[in-house]
Amino acid sequence: MSDRPIRVLIAKAGLDGHDRGAKVVAQALRDAGMEVVYTGLRQTPEMIVKAALEEDVDAVGLSLHSGAHMTIFPRVLELLHAAGLTHVLLTGGGVIPDADRATLQNGGVGQLFGPGTPTRDLAHYIEKEVARRRAAN
Amino acid sequence: MTLDAAAILSGDRRAIARGLTEIESGGPAGVTLLDAVWSKTGRARRVGVTGPPGAGKSSLVAGLVRMLRGRQERVGVICVDPTSPFTGGALLGDRHRMSREAFDDSVFVRSLATRGNLGGLSRSAPAALDLLDAAGFDSVIVETVGVGQSEVEVVATADTIVVVLSPESGDAVQAMKAGLLEVADVLCVNKADRDGADEMALALSNMLDLREGLAWRPLVVKTNALLDIAPLTDAIDAHQAWLGEDGRLGKRRRDATMQRLRWLVGDLATERLLRDAEALLEREVAAVHAGSCSVAHAAQRAVEEILA
Ligand SMILES: Nc1nc2c(ncn2[C@@H]2O[C@H](COP(=O)(O)OP(=O)(O)OP(=O)(O)O)[C@@H](O)[C@H]2O)c(=O)[nH]1
Ligand SMILES: [Mg+2]
Repeated sequence: MSDRPIRVLIAKAGLDGHDRGAKVVAQALRDAGMEVVYTGLRQTPEMIVKAALEEDVDAVGLSLHSGAHMTIFPRVLELLHAAGLTHVLLTGGGVIPDADRATLQNGGVGQLFGPGTPTRDLAHYIEKEVARRRAAN
Repeated sequence: MTLDAAAILSGDRRAIARGLTEIESGGPAGVTLLDAVWSKTGRARRVGVTGPPGAGKSSLVAGLVRMLRGRQERVGVICVDPTSPFTGGALLGDRHRMSREAFDDSVFVRSLATRGNLGGLSRSAPAALDLLDAAGFDSVIVETVGVGQSEVEVVATADTIVVVLSPESGDAVQAMKAGLLEVADVLCVNKADRDGADEMALALSNMLDLREGLAWRPLVVKTNALLDIAPLTDAIDAHQAWLGEDGRLGKRRRDATMQRLRWLVGDLATERLLRDAEALLEREVAAVHAGSCSVAHAAQRAVEEILA
């Protein structure tokens, strides 16, 4: 069981209308050997968490560019916990000021990646963090 | 009964999701779980949807879900996408096409990757449907890309099999090659808004005319998945009504179980035969390369010896 592929949900939250970046990330994680459920644009926190639950993923990667990160990340985390998914890593990226990033990470969100981060870094982070969480469970 | 099984029977989503993970991994825990809920299976209608890449399968499944929700049914969906043989990763993109429909407490959607083990998929995907069936979904739908034998086998255990084609290049030829036309109960020419749909539907009908002695002549329908799928839902209803007569559904399900049993017995038998057979096989390789017999002969002899 422990060598089953890492499963990740990639979602785009918020109202802005393009998902190129999220698709690139999804493909990169696939190429890194993960099973990536791609859910597309304009996902609400409720939709994201329902999908994470049904797909039994290890991690959720949120792509966010609308500036709503201070509401959406905490909301997704809260709903994940309410659904009993405390083991699921919530990570993601977008244009997020350092101070906000620190606040979110202190609140239990995983590492957040700025635009232009090599996808390899994201893949390595998810691998390492999911391995740690699986071992702890 | 284990706690998990009780939770699954009560429709607990998290328990269902974890149960599907066990089944997908193919280990003994999945078998134990299915045993525990088995008496509750057999109630859901099973629809399989397959066809070439991009034909519109997921869009049609989304439409089917909407239609079934209109009838107040609870609907479970299993979407299968291929694992990359090079990286072991998979991009599971079907949920994306039904993300609105999936956001409904009476709908459960799960994506599965083939995990580089196509044979295994025809074992685990029907078992995933069994679990959703036991969990109380009224209809369960499975989508696979119909590109090879195993993917076709996955849907072959459904009550009603829909093969989706689009009028675009070569779909009909591809479908024939993959043996898709033989398994179809409904042939759906999707993207009817594109050129060539009428011609394709006609060609398929003509092809069906050549097949004699069919108990059920597959229905050919045209849809635009983005606008109206009523012709497809009507055809599925017609097939299910037909199945409902003269004990046909029971017979079909017994045939499906026989098929699944053959696969599983074959797997288990192979595994048993090959266990501890390495030395014996090495000897046969040496015999073949020494020129004393053909590979086929060596295989026969090896099986005789293992079973002796
Ligand atoms: N014009 C038109 N486009 C359609 C129709 N049905 C689906 N599409 C589009 O075709 C593309 C593929 O649709 P999907 O539903 O993802 O097809 P699929 O067969 O599930 O694809 P895979 O799972 O990747 O094999 C999408 O861009 C759809 O919007 C249709 O009836 N007409
Ligand atoms: Mg699809």
